Amino acid sequence: MTRLLLPALALLVALLFVASLTIGYTPAGLGESLAALGTGDGPLGLVMREIRLPRALLGVMIGLSLGLAGAAMQGYLRNPLAEPGIVGISSAAALGAVLSIQLGLSAAFPLILPAAALGFAALAVGLVLMLAGPRGGSITLILAGIAVSALAGALTSLVLNLSPNPYATYEIVFWMLGSLSDRSFTHVWIALPFMVVGWGLLLTLGRGLDALTLGEDAAEAMGVSPRRMRLLLVLGTAACVGAATAVAGAIGFVGLVVPHLLRRAVGARPSALLPASALGGAALVLAADVAVRLVVPDRDLKLGVVMALIGAPLFLHLIRRTRGEVL
Amino acid sequence: MLTLDALTVRRGTCPVVDSVSLTVGKGEFIGLIGPNGAGKTTLMRGALGLLPAEGQSSLAALPVAERARQVAWMPQAREIAWPVSVETVVALGRTPWLPRGGRPRPEDRAAVDMALARMGLEAFRDRIATRLSGGEQARVLIARALAQDTPLLMADEPIAGLDPAAQIATMEAFATLAAEGHTIIAALHDLGLAARHCSRLVVMARGRKEADGTPQEVLTPDLLARAFGLRAHFSDGPDGPIFQPLSVLG
Repeated sequence: MTRLLLPALALLVALLFVASLTIGYTPAGLGESLAALGTGDGPLGLVMREIRLPRALLGVMIGLSLGLAGAAMQGYLRNPLAEPGIVGISSAAALGAVLSIQLGLSAAFPLILPAAALGFAALAVGLVLMLAGPRGGSITLILAGIAVSALAGALTSLVLNLSPNPYATYEIVFWMLGSLSDRSFTHVWIALPFMVVGWGLLLTLGRGLDALTLGEDAAEAMGVSPRRMRLLLVLGTAACVGAATAVAGAIGFVGLVVPHLLRRAVGARPSALLPASALGGAALVLAADVAVRLVVPDRDLKLGVVMALIGAPLFLHLIRRTRGEVL
Repeated sequence: MLTLDALTVRRGTCPVVDSVSLTVGKGEFIGLIGPNGAGKTTLMRGALGLLPAEGQSSLAALPVAERARQVAWMPQAREIAWPVSVETVVALGRTPWLPRGGRPRPEDRAAVDMALARMGLEAFRDRIATRLSGGEQARVLIARALAQDTPLLMADEPIAGLDPAAQIATMEAFATLAAEGHTIIAALHDLGLAARHCSRLVVMARGRKEADGTPQEVLTPDLLARAFGLRAHFSDGPDGPIFQPLSVLG
């Protein structure tokens, strides 16, 4: 079963990718829209290439990032309740984006928003690593992350609170809900380099995460350096989750629920969970983004909202199952 | 196998391990004994290089990857974070030997099989490790350390919490390993088992090495009073050395 899991998840992602390409506001059949993707010169070709393709690609990229970072974070902290947001990077990225909207910069230069978000994510990484100290264990990392997260959240609230411009406030609130609509290839090219670096860093952690199953002391005695792993984890998470937040806003629950959902299927090995959770994340984000367009096509339903609506009951179900196992 | 020269580990300015020197040879089964807070765990972690220490330790001086092939370390906290199979836990012991990004080779599987057999865990191979009892988990973690296949094995209270049969079986397994040329250093609280199975006892008290020698040389009434505050019965008969603590000295 474990052997078939990755191909099955990859197939699921491929199917949802096609679904994401072919479902949308402009009505067109499956074959018609796929043909237009390659050669169509008319409006359908434009819609496919300029709107739906980047949207589907972003769905895959963001899902991979959130799923992978969630699995790595849970593995490192040895806690199934951990998620990528725990180190404060997504809140800091959101703060950067909110500031750029509030100051009117993003209206003048649209690329300022993701750039500010990435810049604040980098700032948060520096702050978290400084606070956590060079020798500290996983607890100091969590505490530092919570502190940075709380600070970024407070500052975001302050920006909203002091906002003199109701339109900016409206835009900020909607941006914070998280969405993939109206994104272009520019967003893909902004996020992709950071995400590729992040994926590369996080995927090297597999063996070390397995060893950490036995605790930091035992892992260190087996030649694994928890300190080096922590650095790679924070940098990798910042690169890919920071980039995801920068282009799509805050999308929660993926990094929390997906590793949890797939852990049993991979025999709970943290290294095996990394690729599985990445693919699972991509499938979940694509599915939710398709659902956004199917359920109420005429309203701009936000992806982050749908994700929370899917994620929270799923999480409740997982808690119930875990409780059944413990008792 | 292991040489410590004036090893000192401080917590703040207070030395928790105070200038301990020790030379350990091949084939020894050393029981590291001493009351709570004597510095047994700190001595082992300092010797391994897991804590910053002054003085010399031949293990801490090794490059990290090489050290992991020389010594297996079983911390006192028996942590198995995820519900993985027993075989997966034991196979983690092969971590230092696997080629970069490589899958387990036949010799890795053989080492895992041997470690499982040694601890009598063949029937548990596919069980979920976190669902086993505490004593069974302890045996799984000992098997993990054995699978690391190192000349030296250091274990912090490996038999605490095991039932009597499992305690004796584990001590015998360690003695067998020592007879085969491995070296074992185990922190122990059960002086009776230490006296029966260890070839050498090192006594720690208040951060210092208080005594070092065979059980007969070490477990004298004077030392027991000084280091442990105990009076005990110790005899050597046809059933081997028998040690039983009798009463606490005022």
